[in-house]
Amino acid sequence: MLHLSAARRRDFINGLLFTSPWLIGTVIFTIYPVFASIFFSFTDYSVLKAPKWVGLANYVELFTKDIYFPKSMYNTIYYAALSLPLGLAASVGLALLLNKKLFGMSVYRTIFYLPNILPTVAMSILWIWLLNPNYGLFNSILKAVGLRGVPWLTSPTWSKPSFVLMSLWGIGGSMVIYLAGLQDIPQHLYEAADLDGANGLQKMLNVTLPMLTPTIFFNLVMGLIGVFGFFTQAFIMTNGGPLDSTLFYMLYLYRNAFVYFKMGYASAMAWILFVIVVSLTLLVFKSSGRWVYYGGSIT
Amino acid sequence: MVARSPEMAATVHTVHRQSLREFLASKRTRQFVDHFLSHLVLLVLGLAFFLPFYWLVSTSVKPNSELFILPPKWIPSRFVWQNYPKAWNYLPFGTYFKNTLYLCAFNVIATVLSCTLTAYGFSRIRWPGRDALFLFLIATMMIPYQVTLIPTFLIFKWIGWVGSFKPLTWPALTGSAFYIFLLRQFYMTIPTELSEAAKMDGASELRIFLQVIVPLTRPAMATVALFTFLGTWTDFLGPLIYLSRESQYTLSLGLRGYLTRFGANWEMLMAGTTITVIPIVILFFFTQRTFIQGITLTGIKG
Repeated sequence: MLHLSAARRRDFINGLLFTSPWLIGTVIFTIYPVFASIFFSFTDYSVLKAPKWVGLANYVELFTKDIYFPKSMYNTIYYAALSLPLGLAASVGLALLLNKKLFGMSVYRTIFYLPNILPTVAMSILWIWLLNPNYGLFNSILKAVGLRGVPWLTSPTWSKPSFVLMSLWGIGGSMVIYLAGLQDIPQHLYEAADLDGANGLQKMLNVTLPMLTPTIFFNLVMGLIGVFGFFTQAFIMTNGGPLDSTLFYMLYLYRNAFVYFKMGYASAMAWILFVIVVSLTLLVFKSSGRWVYYGGSIT
Repeated sequence: MVARSPEMAATVHTVHRQSLREFLASKRTRQFVDHFLSHLVLLVLGLAFFLPFYWLVSTSVKPNSELFILPPKWIPSRFVWQNYPKAWNYLPFGTYFKNTLYLCAFNVIATVLSCTLTAYGFSRIRWPGRDALFLFLIATMMIPYQVTLIPTFLIFKWIGWVGSFKPLTWPALTGSAFYIFLLRQFYMTIPTELSEAAKMDGASELRIFLQVIVPLTRPAMATVALFTFLGTWTDFLGPLIYLSRESQYTLSLGLRGYLTRFGANWEMLMAGTTITVIPIVILFFFTQRTFIQGITLTGIKG
């Protein structure tokens, strides 16, 4: 940088100084860990002894011998396949209702958003009680209307739907994002549709939903990434049971790393997850050209 | 329910003069029906969303004998407020509170400081390599936390920090890519003329940062502070991995201890849960605007 003028050199030094917190942090907490975790994934490493190179053994074991790995993958995909589409439909629907500028709309918005701010642990404990098969809120209501109670978290069939139900209580967060997306839709589009004699349904299908696709796209990507990190609720409420029906990917990764201290094995799991998340995200991005509509400005 | 508004009265009045068919087809009626149905749906859903909160608080003041009965007691026959002091004293709740507040305070201050400085360096100063590094910063946001979790834990293990608060606080000093990105977008919108003028007067970059940029971007800083606070308050995995002694437990970690010790004493558990929820709910009501703006701005769901 010797050929830089004094002023430009000063700018360069200032730039480095101001960004130095992140520069140092990214080396220690991102760049090094990413490479280290690739390396660990090819080793047998129990923390106590130095890592021992085992080549692809961890990956081979995961895909051919480990019975819990495919189970955790299946559970996670099952949960994602239910909670993502349901959550999307419910939060878009709720946002559409709240966008009608009705009386008391801010009160409704607060009520729907409130579950989102609860600490996950608090929410999990509350839900264990709500889902109590004998005296919980859900079964009390079901019994009150003459239906039979559901075994919820105590049954391998119902445990995953229980988590899906709980995730629906938290749709307020994405609802608020959709609401903002709806409010960004220019009013003149609706006026133009009115002039063309479009009815409510036509306006919904041809104006509202296409204009909302960028927001849907964003939420879908975030949701996909989030599902593979799903941990605290399962750890607290079922710890993987009953019969490993709620052993989600992150829960199994956590066990390998911090219960069995198989750091190499857990790192291999982390890398498989990374590849899955990146490919899914790319897939959504690639397909987005066909269904995501970007109007004049990108919101 | 829906009050008889003047609008509705007017609609009813016109019915007498119009035929039913015309009445049903009129735009006003359709809008009225539409709003009525929307309110109905929202009311039912709102009630359903609120019910768990009611269940939480009502259980927390019930006598133990009224927990396990069918049909459930919606309103306790007597309010057992003693559940709260009992829950508070059973475990070192005060310590949990203190620990959580310490982590929150440290993280909020450190994150705001490191992120604003870095964002300034990425937006208000022109230097070679800046834009390439910023692209790299965006790329790092794509890495799932699970990938860096284990090596980061091992770093702290090697330097002997596991079992202390440091792994939960020090990383905040190095900023968070997402908040840096967010703040940078704000800084970019401030006209360069403002900095140029200050520079002409001989102000240093640090001075421009503190006297020009910071006062103009307080709302963005508030958003970062609020979400950092909330993120730290509710974090579970971090404390679970790094803290071992009970004297260091956070509220979330301590609350989980409740679950295993209290067993079926749901009234105590719900009292304990309510205690950890109340500060966040109060915070939410006081900062609702920043909150909602923050979510729509960042896409963070809290």
